[in-house]
Amino acid sequence: MINLLTPEFFFTVIRVTTPILFAAMAAIICTKSGVINIALEGIMLSAALFGVIASGFSQSIFIGMLGGIAGGLLIAGMLAYFSLYLKTDIILAGIALNLLAVGGTVFMMFAITGDRGATNSIRSLQFPNVTIPWIQDIPVLGVVLSGHNLLTYLALLSVVVVWFFLTKTTLGLRLRSVGENPDAATSVGIDVRKVQFLALILSGILASFGGMYMSMAYLNVFSTNMVSGRGYIALAAASMGQANPIGTLVAAGFFGLMESMSYQFQALGIPAQIVNMVPYISVIIGLVLYAQYQQNVIKRKKQMKLMQEDTPS
Amino acid sequence: MLNKIKARWASQSVDARFEFIRFVLVILLSLALTLGIVLLVSNEPLYALQQFFFGPVSRFRKMANVIEAAIPLTFLGLSVSVMFSARQFNLGSSGSLFLGGTVASVIALTVPLPAVIHPLFAIAIAGIVGGIWTSIPALIKLKYGASELVSSLMLNFVALNLGFYIILNYFRDPQAGSLASFLFPQSAILPTMVPDTRIHYGLIILIGVIIATYYFMVKTKWGYALRMTGFNKKFATYSGISTTAVILYSQFIGGMLAGFGGAVEKLGMYPRFLWQFMPAYAFDGIIVAVLAKDRPQYIPVAAFVLAYIRIGADTMSTNSDVSFQMIAIIQGLIIILIAANAFLSKTRQKMVVKEATND
Repeated sequence: MINLLTPEFFFTVIRVTTPILFAAMAAIICTKSGVINIALEGIMLSAALFGVIASGFSQSIFIGMLGGIAGGLLIAGMLAYFSLYLKTDIILAGIALNLLAVGGTVFMMFAITGDRGATNSIRSLQFPNVTIPWIQDIPVLGVVLSGHNLLTYLALLSVVVVWFFLTKTTLGLRLRSVGENPDAATSVGIDVRKVQFLALILSGILASFGGMYMSMAYLNVFSTNMVSGRGYIALAAASMGQANPIGTLVAAGFFGLMESMSYQFQALGIPAQIVNMVPYISVIIGLVLYAQYQQNVIKRKKQMKLMQEDTPS
Repeated sequence: MLNKIKARWASQSVDARFEFIRFVLVILLSLALTLGIVLLVSNEPLYALQQFFFGPVSRFRKMANVIEAAIPLTFLGLSVSVMFSARQFNLGSSGSLFLGGTVASVIALTVPLPAVIHPLFAIAIAGIVGGIWTSIPALIKLKYGASELVSSLMLNFVALNLGFYIILNYFRDPQAGSLASFLFPQSAILPTMVPDTRIHYGLIILIGVIIATYYFMVKTKWGYALRMTGFNKKFATYSGISTTAVILYSQFIGGMLAGFGGAVEKLGMYPRFLWQFMPAYAFDGIIVAVLAKDRPQYIPVAAFVLAYIRIGADTMSTNSDVSFQMIAIIQGLIIILIAANAFLSKTRQKMVVKEATND
């Protein structure tokens, strides 16, 4: 039996949206500053591995978190350095870093822990689950909203933080001006390269949390290629949300919904391979629908303009 | 001999000379990195390095393995280079490779045809399916303006699952221990060409495809239009080239080449469909294309070098304590450094100044 409209189902939707949401917020910051961060996937993978290793050896969740961020920043920093200072095409650099991260994490895992496939030999810590005292007592909503992982709440908070950062702070304003018109920004004395570097670093930190969620909350091990395309899905979410935090939250939630639905299909006896395709196909359909909508908006605007020009005033 | 080389060197432009120096430096840097990593992680670094560098030439069989591994890499490299030449970041080659292998397996198992014609027919259909597959992101981009990068990557995941669905639900051999199809009939298999190895007649097909791709890209007006579109799309449009058509056929041909590769690999190297996941080399077409600077004539060389490294790493990981994945780190850095336009830009400046003052 398919259980779509139960509180448990919506709980799952929020759970699987979390990593996409972190990475989508990371994508927004980059897009707004005029750079494309294709390496989100690699950043997440690297953070997922480093987080597990750091927390496993230190037995401290805080050090684990710092380790995870360091792992993500390793990739983000390389992307920033190579694309901004050595002028590697940023898309090519991102692709290369993703390939590097897929194999590199497996290499590091074997070199450090001796494990192949998954880090089963180290006991990694997990971020705690949080029950919210008042909300958990609300009948249906309590089940949906309470009892999530700490990182899930952080992800939701990051939507507000990113919105605030981009619209209300000086740095955010600078960042957007660099993205809108780098020449104008330069003319008023903003160092474009520095701002974009910072944007890539900030997005590296955000995406790192998405990666750590995979290995230190959703699961408690790192396994080969465990991010499986979520970094790219996040890019699609950010572009559908027009790099607006709220719009992106909706798009990320839609992809989370599709992924949760695919788990339900599996329970119906639909072959696993078909079920596995659902999230990825939904991204393609989402992209197409969104792009079509965009085109219609542009067309309508043009028509309005023409009509205004035609009518003599 | 030495004078000849000197004369040749002097006759090259500053840019060509600089590019060569930079290329050599990137290779040296990656060798240094290899050395560093192995020293760091291995308890027997000298032995590991020896296995890595000389493993492939240690035995005739290993050398043959390099050629076997270079075949799909060349197909993938050609595929990526054609698509990138039109400046489309379509990463669908791996999906086309996988579907190509699937389609070839299905035709091998279902369509009864005489030998020779059977594999050729299977490879041709696999190419068409592969071409259609990479055309999807291009069509979406042209019609709706959505980025080909994300959609092609999503399609790779779809292709992987679609291939498994077809094989496991309709052609699965219950007798086989692992997830595998029935055995291919003898008529469908590309026979072995060199005795005592697995080098198969797919190599002949590959050589034909390399020549055809070179001819198409360099000698025909379609190839010219394709390169011009990649070089400067606006300029191409103004000179009367239909860039829409160019983008479509470039992506079709790119996918077709990857589809060929999947089919040739399946029918040449395997007795049945045996892929358990996306082959590890599926994304290596990108590094082959970047190494060869998208030029078809250099693709086989780059693929051979990469195949050599892969077999070296394979030998190293079986015989020593360094894992195969080390090459992922090195490959990633090679791509980034070769594509880094400002890498060593000061040296280039010096060379140009020197050249100018010499005149």
